[in-house]
Amino acid sequence: MPHTICEKILAQKAGLGEVFPGQLVTAKPDMVMSHDNAGLVIRQFRQIGAKNVFDPSKIIIPLDHRVPAESEQTATAHKSIREFVKEQNIQNFYDVREGICHQVMVEKGHVLPGELVLGTDSHTTSYGCVGAISSGIGATEMAALWATGEIWLRVPDTLKVVVNGEFPGGVGPKDLILYIIGQVSAKGADYMAIEYYGPTIESMSVSGRFTVCNMSMEMGAKFATVPADEKTVKYVSSLADRPYQPVYADNDAVYSRELIVDASKLVPQIAIPHRVDNVVPISEVSGLDINQVVIGSCTNGRIDDLEIAANIMDGKQVSSDIRLLVIPGSRSIYLEAMELGLLKTFVEAGALVLNPGCGPCLGAHQGILAPGERCLATTNRNFKGRMGSTSAEVYLSNPKVAAMVAISGKIPTLDEYNSELD
Amino acid sequence: MNKVIKGRVWVLGEDTDTDVIYPGKYLPILDPVEMAKHALEGYDPEFPSKLKEGDIIVAGPGFGIGSSREQAATCLKAAGLAAIVAGSFARIFFRNAVNQGLPTVQADISDKLKDGDEISIDFDKCLISFPGGQVEFPPLDESVQKIIEAGGLIPAVRSKLGIKD
Repeated sequence: MPHTICEKILAQKAGLGEVFPGQLVTAKPDMVMSHDNAGLVIRQFRQIGAKNVFDPSKIIIPLDHRVPAESEQTATAHKSIREFVKEQNIQNFYDVREGICHQVMVEKGHVLPGELVLGTDSHTTSYGCVGAISSGIGATEMAALWATGEIWLRVPDTLKVVVNGEFPGGVGPKDLILYIIGQVSAKGADYMAIEYYGPTIESMSVSGRFTVCNMSMEMGAKFATVPADEKTVKYVSSLADRPYQPVYADNDAVYSRELIVDASKLVPQIAIPHRVDNVVPISEVSGLDINQVVIGSCTNGRIDDLEIAANIMDGKQVSSDIRLLVIPGSRSIYLEAMELGLLKTFVEAGALVLNPGCGPCLGAHQGILAPGERCLATTNRNFKGRMGSTSAEVYLSNPKVAAMVAISGKIPTLDEYNSELD
Repeated sequence: MNKVIKGRVWVLGEDTDTDVIYPGKYLPILDPVEMAKHALEGYDPEFPSKLKEGDIIVAGPGFGIGSSREQAATCLKAAGLAAIVAGSFARIFFRNAVNQGLPTVQADISDKLKDGDEISIDFDKCLISFPGGQVEFPPLDESVQKIIEAGGLIPAVRSKLGIKD
């Protein structure tokens, strides 16, 4: 029988010849990841009563959600994690200095094409950017994985998304994925795997594919992946410390649905409160006053995102009505941005450049919103109360829109947007 | 797990997200009893004090969309919620609920009920009875059912690994 990427990888990891959508399998993931919530995983692991983790080399723990610790409670959790990784000899522990877990996973080569990874974070779907399949789970489930090395998974149906056409100037992967989420809806790809194809996807960098796979979760997707190509192999070749085998779908694989998108028709997209699938073209919210701008997160905190923003901001000043927070996704991105002079541009413009981490994206710390305030962010969620007060609003956009808002204090019109050279 | 659950319902709409169920600012809390004090606080700050042992949530489709935070299921379980009936469940929330031993029932009856109505869920017959009607629901997979019956994933894994003390 012909199969999709997801079916083939799950069959391999379950030790079966082939698997079919709807089937429950017991799979052994290649890697498992937890961030600060490893504190809760450890608590559940102790309750299970197992002495040792199944394989310390397959457990990755980057601290990123509340770094450095914003409270005594978090500090205590971080401390328990540091003690646990020593006790269990978990080498791949990244303390508060390293960056956002998903970025660290990809840039340290902890996920490779054809692999299955599970993580205690919903945006674990990101690793499809290197041709893996990966998904989020809860803390208790991770504790069981640490104890047993295996997990039950239902083989999902697969949605095929084909993207054709060249992006218009200033439009990119974030606009594409916001547009797709708006079309498919927040639960339109529930429990499904998504495979991305087409010339637009092929021409996209690993970073752009990261953005697309990262936010695919916002449609309910279980997995999201871009088949590995030359770009993928080039990206992972210097990082891989173990053999890997990219997995491709059969030509006649059966997809439960197919969606075709023309990228050449897109304009900048904005997700408006309080739903990620509440997506409108920029013209519908042009002129809206904003109080805070966040450029960063696992969605748009990479060097290309920072370059786009810095190009807009070069020589200009952040509006006196705006607090601009710039958060490079990882230590290596921070360093590269420093070497390229991007951080200088941001700081001269009046931005606060924060340490790599999740910070305000989930309302943890570093930029909480007051009642009635409005934030425009390159992050991934705008749920009610997400970034602080339940009466605050969060708008999601690409990094160029965010940089322009930081300067003017308002969401630009399409004409204003297009008049800014990239 | 009781084969029949009867309880008073709270009716919620579509796409109740995890930030509303359990706001991110409470994530550092590790004690389920403390978590329960914030259950659905983002939806209604008074909700944690209204929720009583044995209550049932009846929601539209998309219950639990968003974060993987298990606390969204844990806080509801610890608050004494007996079951959640929803038009559909987001994938990770569903798994978390199962792993916490919190019964989930897929049925779209939120527009047929109001806060305070009494309903009865019969897990043997896969049947919900509510004022003015009855509706069948699909049974959970056997392996998933076993986790709920064991009281959650921790007891299930302990028994699988033969851990007793």
